Amino acid sequence: MPEQKSIVAEQFDTAEQQSEAAHLGMWTFLATEVLFFGGLFLAYLVYRHFYFDAFAAASRHTDVLFGTMNSIILLTSSLTMALAVFSAAENYRRSVTRWLSLTLLLGAAFLVVKGFEYHKDIAGHLVPGPTFDPALPSQAQIFFWLYWTMTGLHALHLLIGLALLTVMFFLARRGTFSANYHTPLTLAGLYWHFVDIVWLFLFPLLYLVQRHL
Amino acid sequence: MESTNQERNYLADGNTVGSWLLTTDHKRIGVLYLFSILFFFVIAAAAAALMRLELLTPQGDLVLSDTYNKLFTIHGVLMVWFFLIPSIPAVLGNFIVPLMIGARDVAFPKLNLLSWYLFLLGGCFAVHAIIIGGVDTGWTFYTPYSSAYSNSHVVEMALGIFIAGFGSILTGLNFIITIQKMRAPGLTWFRLPLFIWSMFATSVILVLATPVLAITLALMCVERLWGVGIFNPKLGGDPVLFQHLFWFYSHPAVYIMILPGMGVVSEVITCFSRKKIFGYRFVAFSSVAIAVIGFLVWGHHMFVSSQSLYAGMVFSILSFLVAIPSAIKVFNWTATLYRGSISFATPMLYILGFIGLFTVGGLTGLFLAALAVDVHVHGTYFVIAHFHYIMVGGMVTAFMGGLHYWWPKITGRLYPEKWGQLSALILFIGFNLTFFPQFILGYLGMPRRVYEYAPEFQVYNVLSTAGAGILGVGYLLPLVYLLWSLRYGKRADANPWHATGLEWKTSSPPPKHNFTETPVVTEDAYHYPPLDEKGEGHA
Repeated sequence: MPEQKSIVAEQFDTAEQQSEAAHLGMWTFLATEVLFFGGLFLAYLVYRHFYFDAFAAASRHTDVLFGTMNSIILLTSSLTMALAVFSAAENYRRSVTRWLSLTLLLGAAFLVVKGFEYHKDIAGHLVPGPTFDPALPSQAQIFFWLYWTMTGLHALHLLIGLALLTVMFFLARRGTFSANYHTPLTLAGLYWHFVDIVWLFLFPLLYLVQRHL
Repeated sequence: MESTNQERNYLADGNTVGSWLLTTDHKRIGVLYLFSILFFFVIAAAAAALMRLELLTPQGDLVLSDTYNKLFTIHGVLMVWFFLIPSIPAVLGNFIVPLMIGARDVAFPKLNLLSWYLFLLGGCFAVHAIIIGGVDTGWTFYTPYSSAYSNSHVVEMALGIFIAGFGSILTGLNFIITIQKMRAPGLTWFRLPLFIWSMFATSVILVLATPVLAITLALMCVERLWGVGIFNPKLGGDPVLFQHLFWFYSHPAVYIMILPGMGVVSEVITCFSRKKIFGYRFVAFSSVAIAVIGFLVWGHHMFVSSQSLYAGMVFSILSFLVAIPSAIKVFNWTATLYRGSISFATPMLYILGFIGLFTVGGLTGLFLAALAVDVHVHGTYFVIAHFHYIMVGGMVTAFMGGLHYWWPKITGRLYPEKWGQLSALILFIGFNLTFFPQFILGYLGMPRRVYEYAPEFQVYNVLSTAGAGILGVGYLLPLVYLLWSLRYGKRADANPWHATGLEWKTSSPPPKHNFTETPVVTEDAYHYPPLDEKGEGHA
């Protein structure tokens, strides 16, 4: 690939304007994502308030070990992602691909752990509906309905993140990113951190709060 | 084909189907949207026509309850999501915003095209849901009826809205970035035409409210498909939560459906009274105020839905507050007219109609914001009349005004002026005849969403149906003469109205990249000099 190909699209005057527009676009998109998840968090808040005891009982059935493992995995992946962006900005091209592949690996590891956890949840009759564990209060179904939708939607976002990072990996391997131009990588990083942050809210709400009760 | 020293105009730049379907030119995408929303408008208007025909007589003779329920759902869903929301933003906004700020295109042209495809895909789902049997929940999809009991195609319809919603989000995102980052040199925020301020405020709502609708409809569908969920009281779920989430989107969405119209009014009224807008900053910031306060009033749809009295009082006060920025706009437009050189060109007639109709719609909104009065008229035709005065009398009239105003820019042709003026008049008369009787009907107690009614209401219903016929003519006429003008209309020069604004500085229709060189702005918007003796302005 030629190194200094024209990277400014025809509607922009300068590369700087283009990069600023792209950044603002990503932040705006993330704002829509906050509102998208916001509906679910509101529902959680309302029902936790309505059915405090049922939610406390239900939260003891989530697997805190898997949850903690995944929190560590995802936080680490955010670090490796940040390092990938940093490497691009510093022109360490080799490390960009290295950090990106590590991020991809950690992201996949999160999904594998989550898969094992889902398997255990299904075996433990934690899916709302006729097969739901009769020992739990009936409103615990609402807790688990939220658990499945929230973690499921989060996993979907993570999957999209993995696809995005795979594209970034191949772009990086072709040598697209340099100190002058690494906007797509930065934006993919922003998205990845966002997915991480959503988990940082899900983890305490679904696994930690009221566990001791 | 190609003139000697100029770029070809955007319409001449490729005539193949592919050159339209794969275009990233904001002007062509605007035109694509125009034809798509016209398609949905025709279906939704046909549904309305059938309803009005049924309501000619007190008993059910044309359709019965089941069909009637489906008709008002089709009408609501298509008009709200597939006509009104994209009307001014996606058609006129797409076409005009980049031109107005002196940009070559929107910030993300490919996303812009994707928006249209998402809109169309969502529309296909919606139309398919209608063809295979329709939906009977009303456009509000209230749970648990929608999520547990309705035997109609709820999921498919909701999916259509969900997909089209992402198109709206991307359109809003595109405008926010475009307006922030792509303004021509010298075009500061306070030199922007007020249409841009309106579109910016609209885009913020599109971006922040639509995702909440998406998640709400998704949760409703999941509940319907799996038989368990959070909105069904059988399991301890709360249907009122659905209403909160739904109106958290749908009330701001009302402002998506009026703010762009207000932007058009500011453009047209200054041009045809040859005056600077009165109180530029007040009009600009009132758009922002409407967008912000609009997010905090959703509870006024739920005064009778077991909401606490105190919540009701707060929502009532906040709803009254929205009237202030709206009134500021109306007063400032009126003050702009004062001592202006007013000409009653077609766009101006539409816009004067807007001001009157919007004022009636806004004032009756105050009745509905008052807790006690709302309990009396809630769920009646009073509500129907109120929001149609805003949505149709306001937004659709403004859309027609804007479409006529920018028609020469979009097509390079002039429409026949006399026919335009006549249509604006017919629209105004037809609209009032259709909807004013509904205020009386509602106040007397006729409930909405019914196919039969007490015989004493018949006279008002007959008036309303007759008005709908006239209104229909008011829509058909422009369709005919605008299409006619594409071929036979007089050619328009770059600035047929002697208007200010960058969109008039380039040729009609504009070249593919809008300007041969990026314009530089040195003065405020609406710098209208007085007309000379020949009645010509020199902008």
